[in-house]
Amino acid sequence: MRRDIFQAVADPTRRAIIVLLALQAMTPNAIAEHFDTTRQAVSKHLRILTECELIKQEHQGREIYYSLEIDKMKEIDKWLEQFRKIWETRFNQLDNLLSTIKKNRK
Amino acid sequence: MNNLKFDFTVDKTNNSVLITREFHAELPLVWDAFTKPEILDQWWAPKPLASKTKTMDFKIGGRRFYAMILPDGQEHWGIQAFAFISPKNHIKWVSSFTDKDENINTEMPSSNWELNFSEQDGKTKVSIVIKHKTLADIERLIQMGFKEGFTMTLNFLEELLTKKI
Repeated sequence: MRRDIFQAVADPTRRAIIVLLALQAMTPNAIAEHFDTTRQAVSKHLRILTECELIKQEHQGREIYYSLEIDKMKEIDKWLEQFRKIWETRFNQLDNLLSTIKKNRK
Repeated sequence: MNNLKFDFTVDKTNNSVLITREFHAELPLVWDAFTKPEILDQWWAPKPLASKTKTMDFKIGGRRFYAMILPDGQEHWGIQAFAFISPKNHIKWVSSFTDKDENINTEMPSSNWELNFSEQDGKTKVSIVIKHKTLADIERLIQMGFKEGFTMTLNFLEELLTKKI
């Protein structure tokens, strides 16, 4: 069965792995150090994320490095939309706050 | 929801993000919302993130030292160093990432912010220009914004899923 992205992100450990890899490529050992679970459990999460094509493996000498699938995840326009939404959310919160403050004054 | 103006553009040649927004409120109130920590903390972080200002000295040469707090409790610290203030009109600050002890992280890109406030017909317009040093810095922030944005999206998703079940 092909795994889908929702399944990939349904687990908090997998989300944390994505967040870690957003900053830099890492070896499985380096990733595992960030978690209290067993190495095997982390490997399983890495496998699922790889199957979903959210991350990829790269061999550098004897080491395997995992990195985010940049093309898939870091498409600029998508990010911009995300960034725009952050500001939209922020400003909507400010709108609500401003009207609350105005009401309380009356 | 309303007919308030909202523009968001990226000027790639100038490494800048340009944001303009109108608010249904008089200028002094909007100014306070951007410059008083107790108000700022109530809206600056897009939910489910939270904003916490530890110190803020709103004057030229002063700074705001604050954290963006992720739902899992992780804190990301930063400062806004105020370079220019013209009351109820204009602010310039430099944004940098810091550790929890206010030491600037020089490996992370800083950015120059310029905010202009103006009032017309009972609406206040705020224009924000965020200028980065290089395109590479924007790339870097794209990754981080991605991280923050994606984490948020995931948390929203989680909230949605929880509600449905």
